[in-house]
Amino acid sequence: MTQLEEEVAGFFVRRGRWSPLEIAFWILALASIWLLPSEHLILTETAILALFALSLDLILGFAGIISLGHAAFFGFGAYFTGLVAKYGIVNEPVLALLLAGLAAAALGFATSFLVLRGSDLTRIMVTLGIALVLYELANRYDNITGGANGLQGVDIHPILGRFSFDLYGHTAYAYCLVVLFLLFLLARRIVRSPFGLSLVALKDNPLRAEAVGIPVNARMVAIYTIAAGYAGVAGALLTQTTAFCSLDVLSFERSADLLLVLIIGGTGYLYGGLIGAVIFKFMQDWLANLTPQYWQFWIGLVLVLIVLVGRERVTGWTRSLHHMIFPRLLAMPESRKKRREIAARRGIGRVGGAASDGH
Amino acid sequence: MARSFVIAAAIAAFGLAAVADTSLAQGTVKIGFIIPMTGPQQSTGKQEVAAVKLYMAQHGDTVAGKKIELIIKDDGAVPDKTKRIAQELIVNDKVTFLAGFGITPTALAVAPLATQAKVPEIVTAAGTSFITERSPYIVRTSFAVPQSCVPMADWAVKNGIKRVVTMISDYAPGIDAEKSFTAEFVKNGGKVVDAIRFPLANPDFAPFLQRAADRKPDAVFIFVPSGQGSIFVRQFVQKGLDKAGIKIIGPGDVVDDDLLNGMGDQVIGTVTAHFYSADHDSAVNKAFVAAFEKANHGMRPNFMAVGGYDGMHLMYAALKKTGGNTDGTALVNAMKGMSWESPRGPISIDPQTRDIIHNVYIRRVEKKNGQLYNVEFATFPAVKDPGKAAEKKK
Repeated sequence: MTQLEEEVAGFFVRRGRWSPLEIAFWILALASIWLLPSEHLILTETAILALFALSLDLILGFAGIISLGHAAFFGFGAYFTGLVAKYGIVNEPVLALLLAGLAAAALGFATSFLVLRGSDLTRIMVTLGIALVLYELANRYDNITGGANGLQGVDIHPILGRFSFDLYGHTAYAYCLVVLFLLFLLARRIVRSPFGLSLVALKDNPLRAEAVGIPVNARMVAIYTIAAGYAGVAGALLTQTTAFCSLDVLSFERSADLLLVLIIGGTGYLYGGLIGAVIFKFMQDWLANLTPQYWQFWIGLVLVLIVLVGRERVTGWTRSLHHMIFPRLLAMPESRKKRREIAARRGIGRVGGAASDGH
Repeated sequence: MARSFVIAAAIAAFGLAAVADTSLAQGTVKIGFIIPMTGPQQSTGKQEVAAVKLYMAQHGDTVAGKKIELIIKDDGAVPDKTKRIAQELIVNDKVTFLAGFGITPTALAVAPLATQAKVPEIVTAAGTSFITERSPYIVRTSFAVPQSCVPMADWAVKNGIKRVVTMISDYAPGIDAEKSFTAEFVKNGGKVVDAIRFPLANPDFAPFLQRAADRKPDAVFIFVPSGQGSIFVRQFVQKGLDKAGIKIIGPGDVVDDDLLNGMGDQVIGTVTAHFYSADHDSAVNKAFVAAFEKANHGMRPNFMAVGGYDGMHLMYAALKKTGGNTDGTALVNAMKGMSWESPRGPISIDPQTRDIIHNVYIRRVEKKNGQLYNVEFATFPAVKDPGKAAEKKK
């Protein structure tokens, strides 16, 4: 191994290391199974929302693809699971989950080529459009989907034939948490790989990324497909835990709420969606209990305050969290020094690394 | 690492302390009332909650020695949220009744839970015919859409309306309305010249009204959910359909009492069939309307309010009948066949279908003391849901 190869390898090992905060986060999540048994129903919803937000973070936070129609994949996975269970094709949840993920990923792959075109504004319109089309299709073909009444008669068998879903939501929560954790591990592996680094590069500057030899379009298609699969799994979890599926899994509100969740939690460090989902769900539930009629006013106010007053603090703490969990991209003091020397010799200022300087 | 564990433990302990004390006070009966208070269906929630609170203010909070505790929850008319809230109310709050349900999908989402947990589900708003068939624990105090549509068809044919265009919101209650009206209307010799369905979420009626006008019908039969009626009437007049001599007929949702005054004089003369009008001439109703308006800054009760008010009465009466026994099956059995005088007139619960039986009135919009009202002028007594009756015959 050359010195450079060693350095690069060392860098990826450091990048992949688990920080204490991360471990604490997952211990807490695990502990909630025993410590908060009466909150399992809302925690189940939170875990599903967290997985869904994680999916959006993969494309928004890492590849810079903004989407206002991510519910398309969520809803597709939800209806897929509901239909295969209703017609007795696949009733076992784990297998259905895998299939739903694959089906949603296939849809993501097919539609990713539309998303490649154009800038942010075009992407917002395209993703929104795809979700609206699916919504109307589900509404129109009510003989298959149940239309506005929702899909009835979804029969979900026990997980792996052993653990059946109970009224208290205990099984459902443990199940969702396990799925969330496994998919999180996979996502973590993906974004910390060279592939993940190339995504960050193309997010910052696609032209430059193309110039250094990153196949921009192929990478975008890949991550969009993966994210669609994640969203499909989240949708499938919702159908399985509620044994029900209705049109609003495809609604615009679901996509918009998702963006809010990610804004609250912060993008680009994977935990944003998870933390955002917890804050969003519990704040919503708390406010709605205080004032069932006007809670939306308060949640709106809180969001405005977060963005206006606490903006520095919020982005500040998410950034410091980000760095605690996710070592800086160019945290290679040795090579940086070397590059500076080279640069100084050539008489140019700094090369690259602008983002990391100043920290 | 050690520090992380300390932090983790501290946060976990905090979370544990925050969990609400769910110990069940003996002698308390909880009613979980789930209704949309936000989103497009919020007018339903506003009316129902006002009515439910009024009922409790008038009748006290103690029944058969039990203290009634009302828990109001907003579901925004999103079914998976409704289901989660209902589940929490059952397992954490240990409610005796679930009530409310603003739209059909939310009522359906909770049906399996009601069956599984044996908790009575009192539907006080949603109107699709088949809801009550989805669980033996569902009892309805609102209405079934066909109950108003079939008498409307009878009346229309007898009063010289032969050619009709049906216009409905494309969702279950709308389709219920279209089917039940058309079947009865055609059977009596009427002709439906066009059947138009428009999306529920997008209330721009102009292009659809143009299409209806082109068919030159005697009347349009209209069904829109509570709240969209005023937009429809405004566009109907803008397009000049009223001047072309086309009448509006339909179930009373389009001339909802809540919005009627804001629709303007152009709606005078509109004939609809429905089970409740704030103008209903009875002592019970006069007292109800006066108390409701007084408690809610002059807001007029509509048919949703009456559904909620009667739902409360049903739960109170069932508890009285069981002597405070909170067993779900006993309560539902107590409700079957129960009859009483509601603000809408005499009503009862069908012991076979657990659906409501009420009078349906034919009403015309008129001006009384400077205000618009649906004035009742003909009565179809004790109408059972024709939707279910028709299915039984098949």
